[in-house]
Amino acid sequence: MGIDRRQVEHIAELAKLELTPEEIEIFASQLSVILEHFRSLQEVDTGGIPPTAQVIPLRNVLRQDEVVPSLPTEDVLSNAPHKEKGYIKTPPLRE
Amino acid sequence: MAKDYEIVIGMEAHAQLLTKSKMFCGCSAAYAQAPPNSLVCPICLGLPGSLPVVNQKALQQTIMVGLALGCKIRIDPQQIKWDRKNYHYPDLPKGYQISQYDLPIAYGGEIKIALGGEERRIRIRRVHLEEDTAKLLHADRATLIDFNRSGVPLIEVVTEPDIRSPQEAKAYVEKLRQILRYLGVSSGNMEEGSLRLEANISLRPAGSAELGTRTEIKNLNSFRAVEKALAYEVERQRKILEAGGKIQQQTMGWDEAKGVTVLQRTKEYAQDYRYFPEPDLPPLLLNKEWVEEIKSHLPELPEALKRRFIKEYGLTAYDAEILTQEPEVAEAFEEYVAAYPQNPKAVGDRIARSIFPVLKESEDSLAEIKRRLPPWVLGGIIAAKEQGKVTTSTADELAARSARGEIAAADVKALEAVFAQYQRIGTSDSLLPVIEKVLAENPKPVADYLKGKDTVLRFFIGQVAKETKGQADPNLVKELLVRKLEDIRQGGTNQ
Ligand SMILES: [Zn+2]
Repeated sequence: MGIDRRQVEHIAELAKLELTPEEIEIFASQLSVILEHFRSLQEVDTGGIPPTAQVIPLRNVLRQDEVVPSLPTEDVLSNAPHKEKGYIKTPPLRE
Repeated sequence: MAKDYEIVIGMEAHAQLLTKSKMFCGCSAAYAQAPPNSLVCPICLGLPGSLPVVNQKALQQTIMVGLALGCKIRIDPQQIKWDRKNYHYPDLPKGYQISQYDLPIAYGGEIKIALGGEERRIRIRRVHLEEDTAKLLHADRATLIDFNRSGVPLIEVVTEPDIRSPQEAKAYVEKLRQILRYLGVSSGNMEEGSLRLEANISLRPAGSAELGTRTEIKNLNSFRAVEKALAYEVERQRKILEAGGKIQQQTMGWDEAKGVTVLQRTKEYAQDYRYFPEPDLPPLLLNKEWVEEIKSHLPELPEALKRRFIKEYGLTAYDAEILTQEPEVAEAFEEYVAAYPQNPKAVGDRIARSIFPVLKESEDSLAEIKRRLPPWVLGGIIAAKEQGKVTTSTADELAARSARGEIAAADVKALEAVFAQYQRIGTSDSLLPVIEKVLAENPKPVADYLKGKDTVLRFFIGQVAKETKGQADPNLVKELLVRKLEDIRQGGTNQ
């Protein structure tokens, strides 16, 4: 079972990507191949293994509630193509 | 013709926690007065290569909320994990919000509400911790983004669909806010957005066990909005159902000015957020002893305090309710009672008569009012009135003007005359023997204090006030009590 055009369009919409019809075809077949690889993992017997969300052997990494200096605002804004009065400016987003 | 429908409501509350720093970085969380984008760092801006680290205080405060709501806390060997909630919107610099999906910190609690003399239990499904998003300012031809709020710790409290009317929803929110404020973990300020609410609501034929299609309502920024928006939505859904129509599952917004709910968007499905475990944050395994310790230090919550006020001071349930609504008021009441323990009821009435109006009509804080009208003055006014030395209207006038800070030189003279026979005991020399006596007579509360139960201080203050017939300065009493108790802790004896 592969991924069809509609699923690619849905994923592209969630990721806010605009795809051409040709790209949709390409990604549909590529994503299907990737899924196939993962399907082979499902054949492994994991019956005795507890569900794992993290493989790094770290636990309980916490910090004290202390304030440290933030970045200078000009640095914060340095990657923004548009800014105004200390704000980052985007096209209007009103829903 | 009108069919009978049952209303089914679930609430989702987001509350900002009162930490100094943000959830996953050391930027200050005090964003309200800060210039835009001045409290931002690579972590809360989601720059590549930055790593979030959990704020211990935020975790502790979430555990406090869970415990106060009677939830189970996920402790070792159960894991707490973090998840990424993915969506694209410019209020999220990372393209995802760090939240908790299937293993929240606390789950399975309840809140009791009283409505029309009837007690109702609203089950709490879960309490989890996440991060707040940036603030967007919508201008005419642009949107401006301020990332200062991005990363401020936010808890989410979700109920089961147990609420059966808009009035119950309002009562639930009031109770939740009250508990958060008593715990001291959130300001609960709805106008400033520190507490934000969403409701989901559906109707079903009375007696039916199946749930109807629900709509979600956002932008509920006041108690009134919660009640009004839900009442509006009940009628909107009822009309559709009675006309034989179907409810669309969708998200509505509450338009306060027009008093209507308006369509925001059709429901996006849960899997659209593509939650997955946050790889940058290791799981938490909470130590049982730590959770027990947090539990033993929980402050007295409104229900317990109300019962104590009724028992200890002989207040009516109504008066106890009024005086425990806000934690600051309850605290002030006990300070005032300590200055005049002979008649707690009169003290409560005097607070309602002379202080509540000032709180309501001005921006002045209770702390400020307490400075202007300290306990010994209020106690003196009540004493003078009860002994027939001043009339009720004079007492009203004196208390009201003191509370407003309008006491002129002439009035101070009048006050002095009134309190000529109302001598304060204000020196440590005269108070220490009394305090020592009270501590010696009450070994059990002393032991409780040494175990970390700070709330017994109020009991001791009350006892000292009784011994001194209310003529001791409560602040001094408190200071001396703490000093004496700490002496005992250091190995001194209580003899
Ligand atoms: Zn930061």
